[in-house]
Amino acid sequence: MLRREIPIFLAVMVGWFMVGEFFFPWAEPGGTEVQQMAVIITAAGVILGVANVIRINLLKVSRRQKDWQYSIFLLVGLIVMGFLGTVLPIVHAAVKGGAWTLGSLNLVGITDGTVFDRLYNRIYVPLSATMYGLLAFYIASAAFRAFRVRSTEAALLAAAAIIVMIGRVPLGEKIWDGIPLLTDWIMNVPQLAAKRAILIGAALGGIATGLKILLGIERNFLGSD
Amino acid sequence: MNDPWIWIEAIMTLAILSYLYKDNPIYKAAEYLFVGVASGFYLSTYFQNVLVPNLFVPVWRGTSALFGPGTPAVTDLVRVTSLVLAIFMFMRFSPRGAWLSRWPLGALVGAYAGLAVIGLAQGDLIPQIDSNLLPLVAPGAWKTLAGAQGVAQGMAAFLGLFSNIVLIVGLLATLVYFFFSLEHRGFAGKTAKLGIYFLMISFGASYGFTVMARISLALDRLRFLFEDWLGIHISG
Amino acid sequence: MSLTQRIEALDRRWIFLLMLFSMSFPLIVHIRLPVRTSPEARGFYESIEALHAGDVVYLASDYDPGGKAELEPMLLAVLDHLFRKDVKIVGATLWPAGSPLLERAYKTVAPKYNKTYGVDYVHLGFKEGKENVMVQLGKSIREVFPVDYYGTKLDSLPLMHSGFNGNPIDKLGDTKLLVNISIGYPGTKEWVQQVRGRFQMKMISGCAAVSAPEYFPYVQSGQLSGLLGGLAGAAEYEQLIGRPGWGVTGMAAQSLSHVTIVLLILVGNFVYFWNRRKGAARS
Repeated sequence: MLRREIPIFLAVMVGWFMVGEFFFPWAEPGGTEVQQMAVIITAAGVILGVANVIRINLLKVSRRQKDWQYSIFLLVGLIVMGFLGTVLPIVHAAVKGGAWTLGSLNLVGITDGTVFDRLYNRIYVPLSATMYGLLAFYIASAAFRAFRVRSTEAALLAAAAIIVMIGRVPLGEKIWDGIPLLTDWIMNVPQLAAKRAILIGAALGGIATGLKILLGIERNFLGSD
Repeated sequence: MNDPWIWIEAIMTLAILSYLYKDNPIYKAAEYLFVGVASGFYLSTYFQNVLVPNLFVPVWRGTSALFGPGTPAVTDLVRVTSLVLAIFMFMRFSPRGAWLSRWPLGALVGAYAGLAVIGLAQGDLIPQIDSNLLPLVAPGAWKTLAGAQGVAQGMAAFLGLFSNIVLIVGLLATLVYFFFSLEHRGFAGKTAKLGIYFLMISFGASYGFTVMARISLALDRLRFLFEDWLGIHISG
Repeated sequence: MSLTQRIEALDRRWIFLLMLFSMSFPLIVHIRLPVRTSPEARGFYESIEALHAGDVVYLASDYDPGGKAELEPMLLAVLDHLFRKDVKIVGATLWPAGSPLLERAYKTVAPKYNKTYGVDYVHLGFKEGKENVMVQLGKSIREVFPVDYYGTKLDSLPLMHSGFNGNPIDKLGDTKLLVNISIGYPGTKEWVQQVRGRFQMKMISGCAAVSAPEYFPYVQSGQLSGLLGGLAGAAEYEQLIGRPGWGVTGMAAQSLSHVTIVLLILVGNFVYFWNRRKGAARS
């Protein structure tokens, strides 16, 4: 009962409370607390994920598994950022320290002007942004090697793609001022109709799944025993 | 260009871009460093922005008031439940206690399910159906066609005459396609085929926008390399 | 191997090089193209233009470094427009890596208009919880954000304790407009689903180009009063507010890159079908 029935009971009760809070204003204060609980549990889940990353990579390094040397980079980055953002502020608050600085940057804190923020801007931001930037090159490669117009459907897809690609940039209007107008019509009429159908279909599916959870029928989130 | 931090940012950028030539140790090291720095960042952000103000401070305040002077606020004491459930999440690491992590998961799934039912119904389903209940010809469409100047405007105004019909037919045809419990034969089959054509147009439009998005992402990194690192003036 | 067969088997690194040239050439040579305004971008602009000095908006800056390229130009232009009209801003993010980006945007634009933190704008920081947070903000901002991004209690910030015609800003409904700049989940769709209908808030959105097509139904239904899609959307908006920035600058490179992609699709299909036909003719 503890392993299956109580989690399902919690899911059902919390779920109906969230629905009921919409219809009964007197339930709002309770709803606020339930929502705070969801906020905190989600945050705990993320920290659990980080703890798992540490565990897996420590094991990798200790057992000298494949690519274990790269895990050292991971662990160094994690420990430095984690130390600056969690341990150091606690220590600083405990000793009621003054300004702890490294050059012109504050050591304590995560906002602008701190070491933490500088590492975020000069390491995290370029790495993340460039990872996504690689996609531009791969989409070009895929356009050349994989985009094959072998059927009516593919031809429609290609035609719409080409019109939209040319029409959404200034070059489209330079070629002919009708191209952007045609693009607007495609985006606001046939494209919109299909996307609306997908929205309605997804809404119906989402409501059905939500109701299954609220009625205790959907139990996949429990995982296996 | 003399700023060492610019060089660090440039090295990070070029390390990732080196993958375009081929997979190499510098790219791999940068990739792992990214995961590490991101994880450390997330840990610190969640700790400082969520757990401290929304959990630790209220619980400390509540329990201090409970065992000391003053009256504890009910919400602060109720927050202890959240602390207990948050601790249960970490029981995942224990082979014998892992089942306890299902309790907070259950609460979370229930919370999102409840919000989804209301949000999808009132945010998507009803407004979207409502806004597709349209007259067959948009009001003013004939007037716009009569006043159109030039081929381009004329074409746009002519297409505008059929906008509402296309919206209605397109929505219905695409919904028929998604109705998989009805066999797509005869009239239903032809309607579903029409729905596929509408879907292909929408996927083509999405492809066009996706291309635009990906190129923008690369342009930003090029701007940094040219302007901030190499000192070649780009903006303005 | 014939020419068309060699083209079909081209090493993809040559394509990468071609793309690099398409993107770099217009930037280095400083080509600028005039930008046309779409109806959705005009709706976005007019929603902010309709605000008056002293009005307060809620700015949901929901993106991270992966979306910075497209959304930062939008955010900078939005802040420029709002500050120029003396509109007050309460800003926050639902993306963990979004707080420093919002802070950076504030620090870039606010000094140009002599805006003071706590009086003219506030940065509430990040909160996890996605839709839960959205619904809670509609009831009580202080329950979600007891303190701001810098750890200051909200009641000590003048904007929060008397920014709404002398009354505290307690909830989303105390603001005039919800401005959402977002890249994915949680983002525009969730704000529309959870907040737009429930709390009857006027809402505009700037989003990544990838997501923009699926939000057009929201514009047509009136749930969104305006929409900016990607860097092109940012360029349109920059042009409307008379402050061309990176959006406008990038359009020439964007244009040439799009032409390159179109040519790659056409050439790729031509050589594929040509080689297949020749192969069929030989056999």
